[in-house]
Amino acid sequence: MFDISPTEWTAILLSLRVAIIATLVATPFGIALAWLLARHNFWGKSILDALVHLPLVLPPVVTGYLLLLTFGRRGMVGAWLADNLGIVFAFRWTGAALACGVMSFPLLVRPIRLSIEAIDRRLEQASSTLGAAPWQVFATVTLPLALPGILAGMVLGFAKAIGEFGATITFVSNIPGETQTISSAIYSLIQTPDGDRAAGRLVLISIVIAMGALIASEWFARRATQRLHGN
Amino acid sequence: MLRVEVTKQLGEFSLEASFTSEGRVTGLFGASGAGKTSLINMIAGLLRPDRGVIILDGETLDDTSTGAHVPPHRRRIGYVFQDARLFPHLDVRQNLDYGRRMNSLAEDPAQHARITDLLDIGGLLDRRPGKLSGGERQRVALGRALLSKPRLLLLDEPLGSLDEGRKIEILPYLIRLRDEGIPMVYVSHDAAELRQLATQIVMLRNGRVTALGGVKVLTSSTPA
Repeated sequence: MFDISPTEWTAILLSLRVAIIATLVATPFGIALAWLLARHNFWGKSILDALVHLPLVLPPVVTGYLLLLTFGRRGMVGAWLADNLGIVFAFRWTGAALACGVMSFPLLVRPIRLSIEAIDRRLEQASSTLGAAPWQVFATVTLPLALPGILAGMVLGFAKAIGEFGATITFVSNIPGETQTISSAIYSLIQTPDGDRAAGRLVLISIVIAMGALIASEWFARRATQRLHGN
Repeated sequence: MLRVEVTKQLGEFSLEASFTSEGRVTGLFGASGAGKTSLINMIAGLLRPDRGVIILDGETLDDTSTGAHVPPHRRRIGYVFQDARLFPHLDVRQNLDYGRRMNSLAEDPAQHARITDLLDIGGLLDRRPGKLSGGERQRVALGRALLSKPRLLLLDEPLGSLDEGRKIEILPYLIRLRDEGIPMVYVSHDAAELRQLATQIVMLRNGRVTALGGVKVLTSSTPA
């Protein structure tokens, strides 16, 4: 049963790489956006808020297709990136990471936004009276106090990214070694006659990864909360 | 010297106050809701006046006629809040050091030792704010504000959240501070407290200054 084949290993490692990169790259954007939504009122805020949540409610295949139209070789952004920066998303693992990042973005942003909204703004005022410029207030008070939410968002985003299927397969297909993640490998395996055992192994591994992520997030959250409450 | 001439509309409440203070400790006296906190928030730069000027030692901090407004972090005005507002993610040592770091001031171990001594907080340095008593928290907040080397110290009911016993514990420290010579604006609704600390009184009622002068103006009236 636990005789994991090289193809399966490739899919597992690729999934991890895609989900980790997607989460790490999305996090700074997620923090910036969460802060904007939590702290500012501006024209079009509700539209931006809806846009962030769109991947949560849109059929993943639609998101994947839109990504293909935008970031594909002939897409507006995709063509520009390929010509000017040499970054190609179409049918590459980077495209899988982009799809996972977009799909997990709403889950990443929400806990961060909530934790920023929960910060006592009077602490930020105290910080400014002690001589901290706005960016220093953000770096030394807002960010550390939002840390539990940031970690929770990252873990949720990671969990979503590692399980993403619909948008990824639509955007970058299901190429072993390049874009075949655990999910798409399971999908291929259960469509082949003798794939059940291998599919079973991958299913088990995805359960282990998911459990690990949840336990890690609990641990992080507890540590961070302890830190904040001064113990 | 501190000159304040401001008006501010806050919902139904209108604040219209002007005073000039030369005293070392200006006591801002009035009942709750008289506008004391709004007034010192404007001095700190946390709140902007609708109209008026705030001038400290010849430097214009606010002047609505020219649009001048120095943001709080450039005012070098320390602020001790009623609720201390220590940073919960930092220990006492880091809280005390915060202002120095933000202002990129050189370390000053002598000053640090003197202030921790003055406030008796040397034994608390490794603790987190969550593990301090109310009185200890307030002393650390005082130390934190002082160590940012302010040119003016604002104190908003620093004894307000403490019970009688704790007040008596903190008061001597405040008297020591006054004798250090840093100009202070001390907000309180407690005449007895101000009689011990203030050298000049600004009495505030319903957003208006009703009396100005020495500590003796406190005897003529008590807050509602």
